Amino acid sequence: MANETFYSEVLTDHNMHPVHKHEMSVCTCSREGINPSCGDDIVLNLNIENGVIKDGSFTGSGCAISQASADIMLDLVIGRTVDEAERLHELFMKMIRGECSEEEIDELEEAGALRDISHMPARVKCAVLGWRTMSEMISR
Amino acid sequence: MNLNERNYKTDFPAFDAYPGLAYLDNSATTQKPGAVIDAVRQFYREENANPLRGLYGLAVKATEAYESARIAVRDFIGAKSEREIIFTRNATESLNLAAYSYGRAFVNEGDEILVTVSEHHSNLLPWQLLAKEKHARLCFLECTPDGEYTPEMLKAALTPRTRIFAAAQISNVFGRLNPIKEFAELCHANGTVIVCDGAQSVPHIPVNVREIDVDFLAFSGHKMLAPMGIGVLYGRESLLEKMPPFLSGGEMIEYVTRENATYAELPHKFEAGTVNAGGAVGLHAAIDYIGKIGFREIESRENTLTRQLIEGMRDIPHVHIIGSDKPEEHHGIVTFTIDDVHPHDIAAVMDSDGIAVRAGHHCAQPLHKHLGVMSTARASIAFYNDSGDIEKFLGCLKTIRRRMGFGE
Ligand SMILES: Cc1ncc(COP(=O)(O)O)c(C=O)c1O
Repeated sequence: MANETFYSEVLTDHNMHPVHKHEMSVCTCSREGINPSCGDDIVLNLNIENGVIKDGSFTGSGCAISQASADIMLDLVIGRTVDEAERLHELFMKMIRGECSEEEIDELEEAGALRDISHMPARVKCAVLGWRTMSEMISR
Repeated sequence: MNLNERNYKTDFPAFDAYPGLAYLDNSATTQKPGAVIDAVRQFYREENANPLRGLYGLAVKATEAYESARIAVRDFIGAKSEREIIFTRNATESLNLAAYSYGRAFVNEGDEILVTVSEHHSNLLPWQLLAKEKHARLCFLECTPDGEYTPEMLKAALTPRTRIFAAAQISNVFGRLNPIKEFAELCHANGTVIVCDGAQSVPHIPVNVREIDVDFLAFSGHKMLAPMGIGVLYGRESLLEKMPPFLSGGEMIEYVTRENATYAELPHKFEAGTVNAGGAVGLHAAIDYIGKIGFREIESRENTLTRQLIEGMRDIPHVHIIGSDKPEEHHGIVTFTIDDVHPHDIAAVMDSDGIAVRAGHHCAQPLHKHLGVMSTARASIAFYNDSGDIEKFLGCLKTIRRRMGFGE
C-alpha cells in the first residue's frame, strides 16, 4: 500500500453518493449487520419475489469501505436470483482471499475495487459486512 | 521548532527498518531503544535460569537481575520499599489484581465503587465485574466536555459507602492530567482507597507515589520503551499485607500441605509461577534509558511537539480535537475527528502516507457514548518523535477530506 491510496474514485463515489442508501417501504426481509469493534452498523432491506431480488436498500452508518461495499453489492444483486446473489457472495469472499482469476474479478464489476483489501486485514470485515448480511438473509 | 538538536530516533532500531515512518501511536505502545533490546538479549544469553528457585550460580544471577529491576522500579516511582512493587504482565493485569484481591476481600454488598467515565476498559471492567459479584454499586464520575475532573466534582460524588475510587492519572483519550494528589487526599479523608491507572502518565511525566499518595498505581512496561509482557502494580504495603493472593501456585508459597498453604512474603505472594525476568530486565534498561534523558527533556520535547500538532490542526477546517484546546493539557495525546470521514478511513489514508495513528474507540466506549461520537482517531507523541513527523501528519491531514471525495 506504499504511497498510493486505497480509496479509488469508485469507493469514494459510492460512499458519498450511495444510490441504494434509503429507507424502503416494500420489503420482504430486513437484517441488521454490525461490526462491533468498528462501529459499522447497517440495516439491509431486500424485496424478494419468487426467488428474485426485486429491490434492495440499506441504512445505517460506518466507514467508507463498509458503506461503499454495501452500495456496490446492491448494484450487483438487484434483479438477480437469490442463487446468483449467493454465488456472487462466494466470489467476493474468494476475491478477498486473493484466490480469484481476472475473469472472476471482472464478474464482480465495481466490487473489484475492493480486491486489495486483503492488504488491510483489519478492514476486511468492513468490506464484507453488506455481503455477509445479505448471505445470512437469503440463506434463511 | 527549537527542539534540541539530538536525534533520538537513532537510538531506536525500528527507525532503521522504517526510516520514513511517522510513528504517532505511542499511547498504544512505544518503540524500543536498542539499549532495551540488548539488555533482554543479554539476559537470555548470559543470565538465564529460573529466578527465585535455583541454588546454583546462574540462578542466583537471574534472581539478582530480576530483583534489581524491582529496585529500579521502586526508585523510579518513589516507593518506600521494593515489597510494594509487584511485577505483572501489564497495566490490565495490575488493575485486575487490585480488583480481585483487594476488591473481593474488602468490598461488600451495598458498597460503592466510583470510576470516571473516561476510564480505559482495563480500569472499568474489573470494577464492573466486582460490583456485580458483590452486589455493590458501580458509580461514575462524569467529566466536562473538555475532559476535566476537579476535586470539587469528586468531593460531591464520594459517599460514606465509597470503598474504591479508580481513575487514570492521564486519560488515553483526552491526555489530560487529573489532580490525583488532591483526589487521594479527598479519598483518604473519606476512608476510600484510590486506585490510579498510570499507563499513560508514568511514561511521560515524573510520578512519585509518595507525593501523589495513591494506594495503588498500575502501569505497563511496553508503553514506556520496555518489552511487552511486563507491567507493574505498586501497592501500599499496609494494604498488600492484608490482601489475599490473586493467582496461586508455584513461587508464591512458604509451606504447602494437602489442605493448606502459607504464602510467601511480599511481593512474591502476588507473583505466582515463573516470572517474566527477561521483561523485568528490559524494563530496568528502559528506566535507565529514561533516566539518562531525563523527564525534563522528555516533557519539553513532547510539549513542543504537541503544541506544533495542535496549532497546526486548529487551522484545518472540519477537524475537531477532543478535549481541551490548550496544548499543555494534552501530554502528547491528541484525539480528533474529521467531519464526514470515519476514523478507520483516516487511519488507512494516513497509513498509505507512512503515518501510524490509532482509530476506534480506544477501549473507552462509555466515554465515546458520553461525548456523543462513535469513534475517533488519535495521534500520540513520544519524545523521539520530531517536528518532521508532525509536519507529515499535518500535511496528510489536510488532504484527507479531498482524498475521500469531499471538498477541502
Ligand atoms: C489509560 C490506560 N489504561 C490501561 C491500558 C491498558 O494497558 P495494557 O493493555 O498494557 O494492559 C491502556 C492502554 O491501552 C491505557 O491507555
